[in-house]
Amino acid sequence: MEIFLQQLINGLTLGAIYGLIAIGYTMVFGVIGMVNFAHGDVFMLSSFIALIIFLLLTQILGLASIPLALVIVLVAAMALTGLWNFMIERLAYRRLRASFRLAPLISSIGMSIFLSNFVALAQGPRNKAVPSMLDEVFKLTEGHGYDVTLSLKQILIIAVTASLLFGLWYVVEKTPLGRAQRACEQDQTMAALLGVNVDRTVSATFVIGAVLAAAAGVLYMLYYGVVNPNDGFIAGVKAFTAAVLGGIGSLPGAVLGGLLIGLVETFWAAYFSSDYKDVAAFGVLAVTLIFLPRGLLGRADVEKV
Amino acid sequence: MRTEGFLSKVKSAGLAALIMAALSFPIVAYHADMDLTRGLFLESRWPLVAILVGGTFILRLLSEFVFAWMRGRPAAATRKTKQGISPRAFHLIGFAGIGALIAFPLAAVFMLGPAGSLKWIDNYGIQILIYVMLGWGLNIVVGLAGLLDLGYVAFYAVGAYAYALLATDLGWSFWLCLPICGAIAALFGLALGFPVLRLRGDYLAIVTLAFGEITRIVAVNWTALTNGDAGISLLPKITFFGIPFSKGAEGFASHFRLPFFPIERTIFLYYLILALALLTNFLTLRLRRLPLGRVWEALREDEIACRSLGIDTVAAKLSAFAIGALIAGIAGAFFAVRQGFVSPSSFGFIESATILSIVVLGGAGSQAGNVLAAILIIGGSEFLRELDVLQEFFGYTFDPTQYRMLLVGLAMVAMMNWRPRGLVATRRPSIFLKKAKPVAVELIAEGRG
Repeated sequence: MEIFLQQLINGLTLGAIYGLIAIGYTMVFGVIGMVNFAHGDVFMLSSFIALIIFLLLTQILGLASIPLALVIVLVAAMALTGLWNFMIERLAYRRLRASFRLAPLISSIGMSIFLSNFVALAQGPRNKAVPSMLDEVFKLTEGHGYDVTLSLKQILIIAVTASLLFGLWYVVEKTPLGRAQRACEQDQTMAALLGVNVDRTVSATFVIGAVLAAAAGVLYMLYYGVVNPNDGFIAGVKAFTAAVLGGIGSLPGAVLGGLLIGLVETFWAAYFSSDYKDVAAFGVLAVTLIFLPRGLLGRADVEKV
Repeated sequence: MRTEGFLSKVKSAGLAALIMAALSFPIVAYHADMDLTRGLFLESRWPLVAILVGGTFILRLLSEFVFAWMRGRPAAATRKTKQGISPRAFHLIGFAGIGALIAFPLAAVFMLGPAGSLKWIDNYGIQILIYVMLGWGLNIVVGLAGLLDLGYVAFYAVGAYAYALLATDLGWSFWLCLPICGAIAALFGLALGFPVLRLRGDYLAIVTLAFGEITRIVAVNWTALTNGDAGISLLPKITFFGIPFSKGAEGFASHFRLPFFPIERTIFLYYLILALALLTNFLTLRLRRLPLGRVWEALREDEIACRSLGIDTVAAKLSAFAIGALIAGIAGAFFAVRQGFVSPSSFGFIESATILSIVVLGGAGSQAGNVLAAILIIGGSEFLRELDVLQEFFGYTFDPTQYRMLLVGLAMVAMMNWRPRGLVATRRPSIFLKKAKPVAVELIAEGRG
């Protein structure tokens, strides 16, 4: 029981990170119908940006307060990653919107290969261990031979994720930008006719996706304490699985899917085999796409001829 | 007026340089290095950032001027639509190419001697031809049937492991294993193709990617069968239909009264993969003329129309998967016998992406384009290895091979934006009324399905 509770906490934390990345996939798919294969690598890039800014603040500028440094890191990583994804969309995807259906996907695969190799070149291909910080751990239950713990980092991850999701909900539901996004999602041509700037809306969608992925990157760096240029691929596939599981195009679905994937992975690793934990995620992906392509909260995809 | 135009160009170039500076600020400007205690420290690289920013500024300014100049010229649309090369010339080029490929190892040995030519035949010749064959195999799935397969390397792995296991555990000869490996891979193709029948486009791509990764993870973790990360080594070497390439009296050289050179085995491997690749090509060209091949191409253009016309799309898709997998399995068996060992690290996603980029850069559906793209990508990355002279300029930490995949990624993006139909971008219709006319790229509209 204690182990179950502990894995539940761990799984939800991991799932929160996957959920943040999954939103980037689901929003882009919703608005322009494209699987942005490079999104996982944008997430990886943001974790490196975060690490370097953190080192810059604490080592070179001599900032002593870790919480303040982390806040600056979060904001800076979000801004810079947003700019990266803005430029990626401009250079690699924008011209392909009118091309054949698989062109943007292939271009994003190329972008994914480019990003992971670029970071490996710029920062070296090996694991980088992040200095340990915020190591406080709270014990929830004691005795029974196994203590259920909740770490400060886990609380932080849940709190940051929740507040970002609230912000996202506000942007999508209550602002003109969100209204434009929902209009583009329904019918791009009609939205353009009614005066919605489609290009700008698509750009904004990519930036929002990257900002959330950057938050996930900072939290990931904090939680695991290790970053690697190859992290983007697996994390990206898992987050994509989350987006599909929740119903691609649906924002609550992405979060729900993320939490489910986090739980599946954690419980699989705890109770079956950690060697095959990636197989669990890939298996869920294949089974969902084959048997439940609409996902849990997705809408029916009506095909018009 | 002119100065205003100039100012706006400088402004635009300045903006580009500013964005470059922001993009490269943390990730290029500082290198997080590890010291002996595994602690991280930063090392600044501002000159590199200055080069990038300055380069961006100059390039952007130049491109602004080039664009302005191009706008001043008569519109490009008035030029005649390009005609493809005539079928006759195409055939001639094809035969000349095959002749050159057959002559290549002999010419290399003749010019560089048995020792000097090994690198050229093995690293360039055989390596490129393996990828040409894989590219042609994947071309059936992606280029003809229009099914984007991101896990193609799984079938390659199945073929390689099948040979490794049959040869080491059962002691079967390579010539017996070759068709069996192909058949096993084809069965895998059917097995993996069956569940994904209902999926199309991007979803299909992602599921095949998942299958490819699952195959690799199983190869890593099922140690009882595959020996895990260490792989299976000491595979039996290739024989000349039973005659080993060894020095003794039983060997190939003494059997045919030739002087013995170790390179004879390599040359034989070269001709073997050349024959296998040409067989693949021949198969593809013939398949395109069969009703099956026409169904594939119809499927690629519009699946809904196919179903409306009563075409059996299930059989078409499964056969495309199975034949593509068959070719990958045979290539995998060849890879295993050439390498002498197999391990999961040879079969990662990056291999699938490389093969896919060959098909994409070559122009999906084009046989000649694949060869060109394979020479560029595989030959190019081998060539990068030769560039270690550049270390004298950039210091000893500079490794040109690291740039290989970076450039492949960039090339894929550039290709999609610049020529989404690939290097050789004409399509000759496989069915026509009176005379086959090459169809220019601009005229091809693909069903968005």
